[in-house]
Amino acid sequence: MSSILSVEQLTLSIEGNALLKAISFEIQEGEVFALVGESGSGKSLTSLAIMRLLPEVISVSSGDIKLKNKSLFSLPEYEMQKIRGKSIAMIFQEPMSALNPVMTIGEQVAEVIKIHLGLKKEAVKQKVISLFEEVALKDPEERYTWYPHQLSGGQKQRVMIAIALACEPDLLIADEPTTALDVTIQAQVLKLLKTIQSKRKLSILFITHDLAVVSQIADRVAVLREGIIVEEANCKDFFNSPQHTYTQSLLKDARGIQIKRNNVETQSLLEVKNLKVHFPIKKGFFQRTVGYVNAVDGVNFSIPKGKTLALVGESGSGKSTIGQAILSLVPLTEGEVVFDGINLSTLNASKLKPYRQKIQVIFQDPFSALNPRMTIGEIIREGMVSLGVGPKKKTLQDDIIRELLLKVDLDVEHMHRYPHEFSGGQRQRIGIARALAVNPELIICDEPTSALDVSVRTQILNLLQKLQQESGVSYLFITHDLSIVPVIADEVAVMKEGKIVEQGSVVSVMENPKHAYTQRLLKAAPKLPTKLPR
Amino acid sequence: MIFVMLWTDILVWVLVATILFLGWRVSRSEQVKKQWHTVFKSSIAMASAIVLAFYLFFTLLDSVHLRLSLESTKTSTKQVQYSEIVSLLDLILRHNIESTERTYSAPFALSEYTKSIVVDAKGVTQQVHIPLKHVSTNSDIVVESIKAIVLGMGLSILLIVLHLFGRVGSGIKDTLALVVQGKTELPWRTAYVTFTVLVTTFTWFYLLSFDYHVLGTDKVGGDVLYQSLKSIRTGVLIGILTTLIMLPVAIILGVSAGLFGGWVDDVIQYLYTTLSSIPGVLLIAAGVLSMQVMMSNNPTWFESTIERSDLRLLFLILILGITSWTGLCRLLRAETLKISQIEYVTAAKAFGVSKLTIIRRHIIPNLMHIILISVVLDFSGLVLAEAVLSYVGVGVDPTMHSWGNMINQARLEMAREPMVWWSLFSAFIFMFILVLAANLLSDRVQKVLDPRNKS
Repeated sequence: MSSILSVEQLTLSIEGNALLKAISFEIQEGEVFALVGESGSGKSLTSLAIMRLLPEVISVSSGDIKLKNKSLFSLPEYEMQKIRGKSIAMIFQEPMSALNPVMTIGEQVAEVIKIHLGLKKEAVKQKVISLFEEVALKDPEERYTWYPHQLSGGQKQRVMIAIALACEPDLLIADEPTTALDVTIQAQVLKLLKTIQSKRKLSILFITHDLAVVSQIADRVAVLREGIIVEEANCKDFFNSPQHTYTQSLLKDARGIQIKRNNVETQSLLEVKNLKVHFPIKKGFFQRTVGYVNAVDGVNFSIPKGKTLALVGESGSGKSTIGQAILSLVPLTEGEVVFDGINLSTLNASKLKPYRQKIQVIFQDPFSALNPRMTIGEIIREGMVSLGVGPKKKTLQDDIIRELLLKVDLDVEHMHRYPHEFSGGQRQRIGIARALAVNPELIICDEPTSALDVSVRTQILNLLQKLQQESGVSYLFITHDLSIVPVIADEVAVMKEGKIVEQGSVVSVMENPKHAYTQRLLKAAPKLPTKLPR
Repeated sequence: MIFVMLWTDILVWVLVATILFLGWRVSRSEQVKKQWHTVFKSSIAMASAIVLAFYLFFTLLDSVHLRLSLESTKTSTKQVQYSEIVSLLDLILRHNIESTERTYSAPFALSEYTKSIVVDAKGVTQQVHIPLKHVSTNSDIVVESIKAIVLGMGLSILLIVLHLFGRVGSGIKDTLALVVQGKTELPWRTAYVTFTVLVTTFTWFYLLSFDYHVLGTDKVGGDVLYQSLKSIRTGVLIGILTTLIMLPVAIILGVSAGLFGGWVDDVIQYLYTTLSSIPGVLLIAAGVLSMQVMMSNNPTWFESTIERSDLRLLFLILILGITSWTGLCRLLRAETLKISQIEYVTAAKAFGVSKLTIIRRHIIPNLMHIILISVVLDFSGLVLAEAVLSYVGVGVDPTMHSWGNMINQARLEMAREPMVWWSLFSAFIFMFILVLAANLLSDRVQKVLDPRNKS
């Protein structure tokens, strides 16, 4: 085997600060090389450096990148132009923004072929259709004239792969290609990449943060941390015997530790009976209702005191809407939400207020969950003032805020800072502190960890566990990530298209799924190989 | 002597009181104070603020109106005119009002711009440049200028030292050294230089205006410097007051359309779509014309021409305000729609926070940068719109001094040969400096107040 791409002692810096510190690796012909790292580790910068698409502020301080023994940094720009797309192709994380919305997908693929291969018009079309067949798009001839908005996320990613493959590149750089997709779609795309790779003997540089995905697709793995490659190994060796402590902790975080949960039966805190939420579709003058979207369609479940129910489903399954319905933020079409024996759906705004205190929420995106114009102190105080929880005096409230900040492992001085000064994990902690400020009995966690890195995710999950043990709060944990369900939940409910298809204790559902959809979900979810006993 | 409050004067002073109140509020909150401190760390912002303060100073001087009683003006030659309403600025520039020439004269000229036919004592008809009446031929312009500049510098240095003394008290020497080296936390050096330049220029203009027409005279011999200075009030008023009338309408309608949705949204959308599909100038012209009819039907509303033109200015401001809120309203509606879907608003709703509080605490602060940008863009736009409207003939009263009226007159002057350029030039420079300073300051304010721009 000969090496396709070799990165030699590459150092990138911005205003004198090194972002990548002398990293070296080689990608062999027909190999899938995975570059793994958390956000900010420099993995995307590496791919941009290979394509020579770095932003102007970032400069290459030293090192070289060689494609088939040809130094890329010494090429003139017009030569590089030929290499991009023809020798090295790239697919991105976000297929929605990578496709031009006003061109048909056929034209977009054809454009690349025309530029690099110079084929005739008919031949180009034939080539596009055969590419669409290769990436397993249904009805390729008809799809040629479709626009990106007519396709689903997975289909768009297939079109992106078709564009990347159009000129038969030697190397494909895939920058988090499946992160934005649902698990079942992710499994399909990964399978597709794998088949194409073995059929074409393609080399792939696969950039990801997800170790489970790596274990499924990669031949070799390199772990990047703060601009340094801490470990490089064959995939098998890597998962069986990680050498570096960072890698070990990363793997440990990714596997998750199943905490022994107490199985004491407690009485139920929240009961949802036959819940239906239908959104009207409004059109035309004065918003006449022309139809309904059945977001939630007859859902029953209950959450016992001090326990966690995980609500699992893919995007669009209606799981977030259930959270909003319990918070009385969307009107119920039918059914009941019974909290502590009181039917919340019959209460008016003022009678509802005491229950607002008991049910709180934590959001997915830590960047939009906090008002950028308010200090952390003000953010946490808001609920206490609005719901009249705790002391009325400002100085006494400040004491409680300090206590809460310590509880979620933040500093007391953070109180007077603004949200933009914090990292994603810290913001999520602030969000938790805000919810805790009013002493809730139930917290709805709406994908609280899906925007976070693996190690931060573990910290947040541990924090949530700790808080549950201390205060006996119940969680409704909404997630699409099956791997964290055993870590956090006692019970699990699987949702599909507004309905719960399977429900039960974590052990029974995860290990012995009854419903076909659950089985499919579990099969599609990438799993880390279990550590071999030594 | 009695004080007279014109309608626009009341609005101006209410505005000043509001600004002072806000300033007091700002000085109590540490964070906001820090933000504004950061704004003025930029020397461009500091210089712009001082230029704006100068314009505001003239506006305020021109917004104190009074009637002088007769005995105090007995020594003056023209007693009848003094029963008219005059402003403090008029009193300062009294000599300029009195020194009216016959017709055009160039800046610093000693004689008229065009030749006139004169029959001299011998009965010979000649074409000559007639000397101006109110210029002194025996004073040397260079000597006078040097005197004025020295005086202006001295005056500004005195004021700067007073300011320094007020700021730091006894440690004045050390601070002065820091200022000169430009090492103070705020760019005081820039501030003081700008201040000195402005004060010196004004002193120079002012002192020389006793002996010359510094910026020339217009068609009927009126002093252009006086007109330009009087126009400051008109421009600033139209810029500020119109935005103030427009803002509440745009904010209330825009935010409620975006937040409440449903029929409220429909009604507001139809309202602004209808309003903005009528050509703006047409709508303003219709408003101004009906207002003129109304005013001529009710001559009891005003006693003098000044009061009439003031009332007309007020109506113009109202009409401009009513017709110009649609753009901002549309922007705010879209942004509110976006913000109301963001999770911190959902979190607030989950806390049972009332709608009004959500608007006040979560929505308006996050709209602030849009509001600020559009206020300043509109300010510049409105100052310029006044010129356009005067051109069409629906602007301010023709007797009122305004840059628009000056530019309107200059239309014909530019077509003359030789060209009369100074009216247009003065109006342009005065307007340009004001609009530029406002834009520069707003850039900086926006940069600092938008939290996403912080590194």
